[in-house]
Amino acid sequence: MFRIFLTLLFLLPTFATAEEVVLGLSKDNVAITTSFDGSEILIFGAVKREAPIDQSSPLEVVITVAGPSEPVVVRRKENVFGIWVNTDAVEVDAAPSFYAVATTGPIDQVLSNTEDLRQKITIDNAIRSVGAPANITDAESFTDAVIRIKQSQGLYQTLEGQVALDQQTLFRTSIDMPADLTEGDYSTRIFLTRDGQIVGDYETSIAVQKVGLERFLFNMSREQPVWYGLMSLAIAIAAGWGASAVFRIFRAG
Amino acid sequence: MQIYLPIAEVSVNAFLLLGLGGMVGILSGMFGVGGGFLMTPLLFFIGIPPAVAVATEANQIVASSFSGVLAHFRRKTVDLKMGTVLLVGGLTGAALGVVVFNYLKSLGQVDLLVKLCYVVFLGIIGSLMFVESVNAIRKARGAAGGAPAKRRQRTWVHALPMKMRFRTSGLYISVIPPLIVGVLVGILSAIMGVGGGFIMVPAMIYLLGMPTKVVVGTSLFQIIFVTGFTTMLHATTNYTVDVVLAVLLLVGGVIGAQIGTRIGVKMKAEQLRVLLAMMVLVVCGKLALDLLLQPSELYSLGAAGGH
Repeated sequence: MFRIFLTLLFLLPTFATAEEVVLGLSKDNVAITTSFDGSEILIFGAVKREAPIDQSSPLEVVITVAGPSEPVVVRRKENVFGIWVNTDAVEVDAAPSFYAVATTGPIDQVLSNTEDLRQKITIDNAIRSVGAPANITDAESFTDAVIRIKQSQGLYQTLEGQVALDQQTLFRTSIDMPADLTEGDYSTRIFLTRDGQIVGDYETSIAVQKVGLERFLFNMSREQPVWYGLMSLAIAIAAGWGASAVFRIFRAG
Repeated sequence: MQIYLPIAEVSVNAFLLLGLGGMVGILSGMFGVGGGFLMTPLLFFIGIPPAVAVATEANQIVASSFSGVLAHFRRKTVDLKMGTVLLVGGLTGAALGVVVFNYLKSLGQVDLLVKLCYVVFLGIIGSLMFVESVNAIRKARGAAGGAPAKRRQRTWVHALPMKMRFRTSGLYISVIPPLIVGVLVGILSAIMGVGGGFIMVPAMIYLLGMPTKVVVGTSLFQIIFVTGFTTMLHATTNYTVDVVLAVLLLVGGVIGAQIGTRIGVKMKAEQLRVLLAMMVLVVCGKLALDLLLQPSELYSLGAAGGH
């Protein structure tokens, strides 16, 4: 009896700190329509717990949204006989097409390095590059270039301190997605941390896909390229002819 | 009004595209060239991926040339026989061009190739045209009302075998030069996303000695089929033809061309040629600078695969 009580006593702290995420999304799919011009997604939720709030250290929230990963070739220009030419190339094995990481505070404070490495949370860790060709000694500058270029296009975002957390329970953030998104499932992860250690996590996904006319044309161009090509020619000729006919009517009338 | 292009996968302003189409259309109407050599670089500048720009531009040229060639058929200024010879060369060239294009794309050198082609061809054609038309203007001033220009002298072109009679053009020459011109233009059409009018028109006038009045109609006739073929090749091998982009450029372009044609009628041929030559040289200079000056971003990203 006493032994059972002891084990329960030992188990208690783990029960007490168990904190779970209850999540809401403003939308769980992004439809790329003809007038698509980027999208804003609101991610919000609450921390569910059975025990009083652990006051020993503050709760922090880290949210990541990652687009489908794809291999990317990074090329570097060099001056050859006075002309700037692509010379060295490194293939980065997997770089997310979109990546946003939002936190309640500075990343190095809310997340320890080991947890970051294990869960691949920051952008640097989310990109995977296995070995560059032997003649390239500075492979890192190629990975840096991926991050720099994608950041300038708004495809990679580091939003430190952009997650609002109320009463250590309610959190919310909004992520802006630019217009040139790749289709696919965008995995969304939420981590709860204390002292840089992850104490709870939750994962879901947001589907990004073309719909309507966009979907139809894209599928047709891939599945029926011959018909798509003929159709493009026919439509273009008809439009050209139509426009000049309309113009002639305008001039006549 | 932003519009999302399904194949290019970028969002651009629809009015910007209509405007670009219209502007290039005015120029093409004035000069009787397709305007592809201006439109393709402009599409690069507004962020359309080069492969999509080249393929879509080919599609647009088919359509804009189509309404043009109808007008020339009505005026009977199309040399069908010459057009067919040029076309045979053109189709061969286009097939070669797409193969080269895809090979260089896998090497990551396609941008360089496209730009180098532009610089070299625009530079040569622009300078030749400029010198020739300035001379023509000077001559016209010096000998106002004088004797008509002497008949072109016989050159090596007339010494080649396999002669054929082209009645509409009033020529009796070997088929080899037009075939070569056709092949060259076909390659350019596939690589540069141009109709090739800017190289074919001078070649027809200066090299083949065709009368100016049939040159534009005949080149348009040839261009329709070659760029149509190029469009199909790009659509089936690269999936890079964006029909939404093509239609928007086209509607602007056709209206612009109608305005341009009317401006062109009011100007003298020599003046038009000087203007066109200067424009060709400006585009050439801009592209040359891009290759020679250090770019602000040395790195570029591309899709993997294709090895």
